[in-house]
Parts: sequence; C-alpha cells; structure tokens
Amino acid sequence: MPPTEFIESLDQSRNTLKMTGAQAVLECLKREGVDVVFGLPGGVLLPLYDAIYQSDIRHILVRHEQGAAHMADGYARATGKVGVCIATSGPGATNLVTGIATAYMDSVPMVAITGQVNTFLIGKDAFQEADITGITLPITKHNYLLRSAKDIPQVFREAFYIARSGRPGPVLIDLPRDVTVDNLEFSWPKVHLPGYNPSLKVHEMQIKKAAKALMEAERPVIYVGGGVKFANAHQELFELAVKINAPVTTTLMGVGCFPEDHPLSLGMLGMHGTRYANYAIQESDLIMAVGARFDDRVTGKIASFAPKAKIIHMDVDPAEIGKNVRVDIPVVGDAKNALTALIKEVKPKARGAWNDKIAQWKSDYPLKYIPDMNIIKPQYIIEKLCELAPDAIITTEVGQNQMWAAQFFIHKDPRKFISSGGLGTMGYGFPAAIGAKVGRPDCEVIDIAGDGSFLMNSQELATAVVNDIPVKVAIMNNGCLGMVRQWQELFFEKRYSATILGRGSPDFVKLAEAYGAVGLRATKPAEVEPVIRAALASDKPTLMDFIISPLEKVSPMVPAGAALSEILELEWCEESDVCSLQKIISETCSSIPEKEASL
Amino acid sequence: MKHTIAVIVENRSGVLTRIAGLFSRRSFNIESLSVGATDNPDYSRMTLSVQGDEVVLEQVIKQLSKLINVIRVSELSPDESIERELAIIKVSADKENRAEIMQLVSVFRASIIDVSSRSMIIEVTGDEQKIDALVLLLRQFGIKELARTGKVSMVRGARVIKA
Repeated sequence: MPPTEFIESLDQSRNTLKMTGAQAVLECLKREGVDVVFGLPGGVLLPLYDAIYQSDIRHILVRHEQGAAHMADGYARATGKVGVCIATSGPGATNLVTGIATAYMDSVPMVAITGQVNTFLIGKDAFQEADITGITLPITKHNYLLRSAKDIPQVFREAFYIARSGRPGPVLIDLPRDVTVDNLEFSWPKVHLPGYNPSLKVHEMQIKKAAKALMEAERPVIYVGGGVKFANAHQELFELAVKINAPVTTTLMGVGCFPEDHPLSLGMLGMHGTRYANYAIQESDLIMAVGARFDDRVTGKIASFAPKAKIIHMDVDPAEIGKNVRVDIPVVGDAKNALTALIKEVKPKARGAWNDKIAQWKSDYPLKYIPDMNIIKPQYIIEKLCELAPDAIITTEVGQNQMWAAQFFIHKDPRKFISSGGLGTMGYGFPAAIGAKVGRPDCEVIDIAGDGSFLMNSQELATAVVNDIPVKVAIMNNGCLGMVRQWQELFFEKRYSATILGRGSPDFVKLAEAYGAVGLRATKPAEVEPVIRAALASDKPTLMDFIISPLEKVSPMVPAGAALSEILELEWCEESDVCSLQKIISETCSSIPEKEASL
Repeated sequence: MKHTIAVIVENRSGVLTRIAGLFSRRSFNIESLSVGATDNPDYSRMTLSVQGDEVVLEQVIKQLSKLINVIRVSELSPDESIERELAIIKVSADKENRAEIMQLVSVFRASIIDVSSRSMIIEVTGDEQKIDALVLLLRQFGIKELARTGKVSMVRGARVIKA
C-alpha cells in the first residue's frame, strides 16, 4: 500500500459514525454507488428491511428470489454496474442459487446478500438455516459469512471490488441476524487483498508476438467472447479488425461486440453459429481469441477444432489460457489494454483472397428459413422485431428462442444482447429484462421467450406491473420444449419424451391480463407486425403470444461431438410431420382455441 | 506424474474447504495434503501432492491462484527441494520378534515411542519412499494401525516461499 493512501485511510478512520449493522449495510451500498436492489424479505432480514424502509435506496420487491438474482444480473449486464440482490436465510438463499450460478458462468458482476440465522444458532439446524456459503462455494467468485458487525464495511468494500474487477463474477455475503442488529463504529476502509491481484497490464513481448502473427497470417479470424463486453473494448476491437481486415466471429456472450451488418462480421460461431463462421474457423491459419474460453458449444469436437490454425489467446483470467485448447501465444490482461497495444503494433493490411473467400461463403451459405404465408415462422418474428425496434435491448430465455434471437436479430451493441450462455438457464430472460429496464429505462427491452421457459419465472409479471417496468415479452409459442424436441426429432427417432407441453400451458394473453399487464396474440403471419407495433406503443408490461410452427428447428447445427466443419443445414420438415406433431399438441392442449391452434 | 505444490493461504476458517472443493469440482486428484501454521500467524502453509501431467499441473496452479484467500502457489521440483513425512505405526510385537523389529527400526533411524506386551508404536520421519519401505517391511509382523501426516516440502538453498 502506498504511504499516501495509508495516511488517507488513517484520516478516514477517524471520521467514524456509530450505527447498527443494518444501517452500515445501507451505508456501504450507498458508498458503492448502488441505487437499486432486487429482493424479498424474511424473518432474519427484518432489521435490514427496516433500514431499507428508512433509506432512499430503491428496493424492487420480487415474487420469487430467483427473479431477484436474474434481475440483478440483467441490470449488471445492461449497465456494466454491479447488480445487487437480497434474499432471506434458508429457502430464500437457496432460491438464489440458480441465479448466482448463471452469473458465475457468464462472469457477471453481482453481489448477493443473504440473511442468516443468529450467529449463536449457526450449525444448530435452526429454523430457515442453510449453509449458503458452503452451497455457493463453487458458483461464486468469492463469498463471506459475516461474524461481527464491525467487519461489515471491510467485507462489503472487498465484495464489490472482487465482483467488478478482473474477470467479474458474483460474490455472496451471508449476513446473520444479530450482525445486523449490533452496533459498530462505521469507517470506510481501503481494500486490502494480498491474494487478489487481477492481471490487467499486458506483457509487451506477447503483444509484439501477437502482432507479428497477425501480420504474417493469411487467413486470420478474430474470435470474440463476453470478455470484450466486460472490458468495454468493442471500439478497440472494431478498430483493430478494420485496420487489418480480419473477419470477426463472436460467441453467444460476445454477440453485439462487433456490428453484425459489417462486411467483416461472421456472426456467431459454434453449434448454431453461421456456416461461414464455422468454415472460416476450420480453414483459418490464425485464430485470435479475445475474452472467450473455447467452450464446448463453440469448438465442437475439440480435437478437430481449427486444425490449421495457430492460436493467440487474450484473457484477463490466466486460468482460461490452456484450459481447453493448446495456445501458441498467450496474452494475459485486460482486453481493452491488450487491443489498444495491438492496434499500435500492427500495420494496416488490405483486403485479400481470404476476405473474398469469406464473402463467397457468406453469399453461398446465409442463415435462412422458408417463409410461410399461413404459419408464423419464429425467424420472421425476430426479423420484424429487429426492423421495428432495432435499438432494443434483447434478452432471451434458453433454447430455440435464444438461438433464433441470436441468429436473426442484427446485433450492434455489446450491452444490448442479454442471454444465459454458460449455464443455459430457462426462466432467465424475463426477470433479466426487468433488471435491464430498471438500469436502462430509456431503452426498449424485449424478452424473446419460449412458452416453456417463460413459465419458469412468469410470476415476475407482478413485479413488472406493480413497479411500472414496461418490458415486452415475445413468446415463440410452439407448445413444446422446442430445443429438446428438435434433438428428439433428429437423434431419437421422433420419440417426443416429455417435451410436449400440451394441456398445462395457460392462455398467455389471459395470464398477462390476470396480472394487469397487456396481452396480445398473433396466430397468422399477417398479424405479427400489428402485434409488435401495438406492444411497442404500449407503456405497460406487454406480452405477445405468437403461435408458431411447432416443427420449426434451429438451423444450421453442428451435432454434439462433431467437428465444426460437419455443420448441417437441417432438412425442412415434411407436411406429414407438421400434421402429426400438431395433432399431438392439440390433443393434449385445451387452452389455445381450436381455430387459433390449427395451422 | 506426481507433483508437489506449496500453497500459502490466509489462516481463516473455510479456506481448506475452498481448496478441497476446487479439487473435487475440477476433478483434480490430491494424493496428500498437509496444513500447518507458518512463522506468521496470519498465514498457513499447505503442501499438496497432485497426480497429473503438465497441463493438469498448470491448471491446478492457476485455479488455486484464483482463490482470493490463496496468497502464493509454487511447484516444488523434486530435484531442488527436500520433503519429509512423519508416520506412526502400531505393529504386533511380542517377545519373539521384538528384537527383530527394533533392529529394523534402528536401520531406518526410526524410533519406538510406545511398547506393550503385544504391540509397539514406531515413529518414522523421511521421504515418502523411505516410509513406504519401512511399512512394507513391517507388514510381515502385522500392522495394526497406521497414521501418516502427508508430506511437507521446502526448496533447498536460499530461495524462500512465503507470503
């Protein structure tokens, strides 16, 4: 610690204030710049909620703690700030677990505050006691169990610092009831973490090596992940790519980091990526990964991934380098620093044969679907959404809806595509949309959903309505768990085991109305645009129920365990298949009126 | 291949769980683990023995380094460091074979720390191979109980691994 800072901290420690633990928590949140928290109270949190009642922090009451975690996550992804969620001890805390794991897998800065039973009851199996620090050990960047009120400022300061710095991630603070009641002398400490030094600076030698490799490469591809978004390095990425005319492909987490309408954009790669992105990877002689981690959904069969390429890997997390693939040139550090240094080091490069080849692939193998006059195609809905709300923040659920949203919306802004990539959490998109809208009230926020996943957190309609958070939901309603059904069709001889939702699905329009939201439905392609226009014009939470073709598949597709070059354009379903699946769905489904369900 | 890693950690509750949890979650294989205080009471030192190739070793070191409570991680190469382990072994012993066992104990520069009419406890310190060898030889007499500490290790010469 430099001496000046040390003196400063001594000075600060003299300005102490006496307060309760609960008040100290609120003081810490204020000092960390938190203006909104998402939560749901409980017995052990009564003192904390009493302090919230008396403070000016905005608290958004959710209807299920999982919603709170996803809202904090969506807020963080949309704003770049740390999202905060609060849940009580025991079941409240365990309900956060899926949301925390979602944030962990996608490196989202979040602080989760959980209530805990009194310190003297810990370990006694007290009412609503759960060992949440133990439970969340493998899904948090770090976590704390507070034992004393005097530690509150230090722990909160560290937690926010850890959550937002280096490779971001969720940090959990477990707060026993008596710790919130006890008094302390509040002083704002310095962060002192001898075991935590995120490596942000890049090694000059490695940048020189990377630049040389980029200059020598004939068929380079820049492969971009969520790290570019977290480092706010998308402008530097753009500058570099344009300077050396290198094509750019993104992972699901990197969607939006490079404008998809640019000629150098290859769109998304991997299992449901574009054919041209996957072909480019397989033909490439140099891949530069930036803030990406060679996930199995990206690489396909790892032994056949990019067989001809040298690999440069830039990441702020040294443990990612060499984890999944061998790396020729590792560059540890912040993506913004690394790309800035690299831009200076490379010389401009003209378009070449490689760019022509890619242009050819793009024109030969575009993303496509067969439009239909009678049945609504989900891709058509996404295209219309993109046309009518090009600047909207898009959140997604998980499954087919997510892949269509990634493929057919033209993404240009890194913080405007919000999706659970790593964990693949169904039920994420809607609460994440609420969080995003709270953080960016100026933006239109649309959750592109499936009928299966929307129901997993549909109770948050109440949160959106009561807090006047006018998010929009577009349900691609195919009456089934579409992605799993797609796999069953392709790999399990059309045995649709437990994927037809049938009778259990509600009338989504009535569901929205029951909560006081607006519900709209389209059953024919011609109704799609009017419904979207009506939803965009609405100043209330609005749900659009699009009855889509049930057999529509996400295409193209790299089958699990295959190489990226083995990407398939899925065959379009036959008329008889549509009829038979439609029959199964309508037989088990009473909620969608007959005429609307008929295709 | 077996590797020895020294880890300096903050001396506070839950740190051992974090390290054990990391190993199980990432499917790393710990063969032995020992923990104890260092000269500075704020820090503890762990010695881990890990099975795996170079890629696994690199991941183990990097993943350990990511833990907030871990201050330092170093691999101790077998050529440049010394390692010691302590074992106490209870063997069946009566007046017939007591002398033979005592002879063995003296060859290994081990010591006898408890004697009864039907058993003996032997204490031995050394590297893993030495202890393995003694255990093997004692087996003929009947080992009733065996407790090993897991090894501790230190680099030879002036180089220091500390917080």
